[in-house]
Amino acid sequence: MSNRFKSRYDDDINLFEGRWHMAQYAILAALLLAAPWVLGNYYLGELTAVLVWSLAGLGLMLISGHTGQVSLGHAAFMAIGAFTNLALMQRGWHFVPALLASAVTSGIAGAVIARPILRMSGIYLGIATLALSIIVEDVSIMAEPVTGGVAGVFAPPINLFGMEIDRYATPEAFYYLCLGVLVLVTLGYLNLLRSASGRSFLAVRDSEVSARALGVNVARAKTLAFSLSCAITGLAGALYAHLAQAVNYESFLVLISITLLLQVVIGGLGSVHGAFFGAIVVVLLPQVIAIASDYLDNTAGIQIAAYPGLDTALFALLILLMVIYEPRGLYGVWFKVRTWLQLFPLYRKGMFRRTRTYLKTERQR
Amino acid sequence: MSLLQVKDLSISFGGVKAVDGVSFHVEAGEVFTLVGPNGAGKSTIFNLISRLYEPSAGQIIFDGQDITGLPAHDVAGLGIARTFQNIELFDHSSVLQNLLIGRHCRRQTRWFEELLFLPKVRRSEREQRLLVEEVIDFLDLAPYRDKLIAGLPYGVRKVVEIARALASEPKLILLDEPASGLSVEETQNMAWWIEDMQKDLGLTVLMVEHDMSLVSRVSDRVLAVAEGHPLAMGTAAEVQANPKVIEAYLGTEATS
Repeated sequence: MSNRFKSRYDDDINLFEGRWHMAQYAILAALLLAAPWVLGNYYLGELTAVLVWSLAGLGLMLISGHTGQVSLGHAAFMAIGAFTNLALMQRGWHFVPALLASAVTSGIAGAVIARPILRMSGIYLGIATLALSIIVEDVSIMAEPVTGGVAGVFAPPINLFGMEIDRYATPEAFYYLCLGVLVLVTLGYLNLLRSASGRSFLAVRDSEVSARALGVNVARAKTLAFSLSCAITGLAGALYAHLAQAVNYESFLVLISITLLLQVVIGGLGSVHGAFFGAIVVVLLPQVIAIASDYLDNTAGIQIAAYPGLDTALFALLILLMVIYEPRGLYGVWFKVRTWLQLFPLYRKGMFRRTRTYLKTERQR
Repeated sequence: MSLLQVKDLSISFGGVKAVDGVSFHVEAGEVFTLVGPNGAGKSTIFNLISRLYEPSAGQIIFDGQDITGLPAHDVAGLGIARTFQNIELFDHSSVLQNLLIGRHCRRQTRWFEELLFLPKVRRSEREQRLLVEEVIDFLDLAPYRDKLIAGLPYGVRKVVEIARALASEPKLILLDEPASGLSVEETQNMAWWIEDMQKDLGLTVLMVEHDMSLVSRVSDRVLAVAEGHPLAMGTAAEVQANPKVIEAYLGTEATS
């Protein structure tokens, strides 16, 4: 299983590494398709939220995880996607073109901003994108005809294939809609990663100077990555609007941008899995804490609910532990567990000791 | 006509003239080496040729085309590949992926085609892989194909960087200190590979190197530079015997 015999180049090009790998994803797909029958409406809603945040996380993963450019402002593009979608639907557009318009508008906004902003790097880029998030927050209040001002906009019901899709009336239909969008985006993402564009993103992340020497137009690669990243995040924003049923400027605060970044860091920067793992943690951690606090209240009589901000503190603790002990995030943990299972009982303790990286002096930028 | 012509090339950083009026020709098919003490401007000349630096004066002509005004990312497509003094590989990717990025300047597909992974993209991926495999065979990298760079020993990284440069199908390859940090045995291998590149692949090699045994073994011509100025040109032995070169390395006797 771990020693796959490759006989064709396609073995490295295909999405699935052989039958067993494909079977694993088939099982996952079956479980996800069966979820509406298994889960109650409440937990189905939570699972839908996981899907939406995974989508947003994928967007950020593309620029921060795979192209190496930190963005602390991705909630801004969720906002652009959400308001575009709702404003167009209220003007009589059908859901599908309005959803595509969300992606296109956020993508274009990303491309326009990318050129000046991606000349910066490191902490300066972080600050610039943070500013972006704050600006969009203010603009969402001021652009009243589109965004509904302080009051915000309500999401109209979605009509698709003669079916009315509503998050509360038909939660399973909305769940399948989100799942479908997410699967399509993930496939496109993986396709990019296994071809020249995806490789140029990785090149820009790891060494800009040698990327340039190998013929990668760094400015163009960054712009493309940022723009696609924003388009994906815009899609997530539009779906989020329908999930929340109403959005206003408060739905896309700077805090959301930061949570999104934490999500991809906890999940594991530079891995597609990481976006999903991170979303599971971000969405389900408050649930787990609520359940645990109820349990403690009922059995031991300890009232955790009396301490507000506990979930934030736990979240912060989790990030701290993650950064110190497992910089590759949950994906790193999962990777080790998988290797342990595959090699059982031959796993050695030092197998994943972090290798020393050679000193890079005189780094050219 | 010469493959590479460098004419009166100059660049200064602030008040420091790092390269000052350097001219030389590299003929097609030869191994041309730049030597000189630290800070002589050798790597700066490399960075000027690969267009990472903007020269303040002078001209670089490659294959009959003036490349002085070209952006850095267009140089690889013309057939100039390079390695770096402090290995600049993509650490979190496998050897195979690194070499595939080396073929970026020969890409045949556009991003929206790749997004949908059209049959054309798959065909192109197979073609690129085939050409990369030739380089892997040439440099004996097969055992490391799927290994991550971050886990490879230093000597292998040096070879992978050369492989990545070769993957771009260059006419001219710039090697910035290919033997620095290598053991005696690895340096020996490096010498063989440089000879193979010249004889089997018909490449032109422009090299910066300090290890004089390697330099004398593989170079057809050597140019010594010091403090941004050219000092002497000739075979390795001629340059080593040149009094100006000895003076640049060791200093002059005190004259009172």
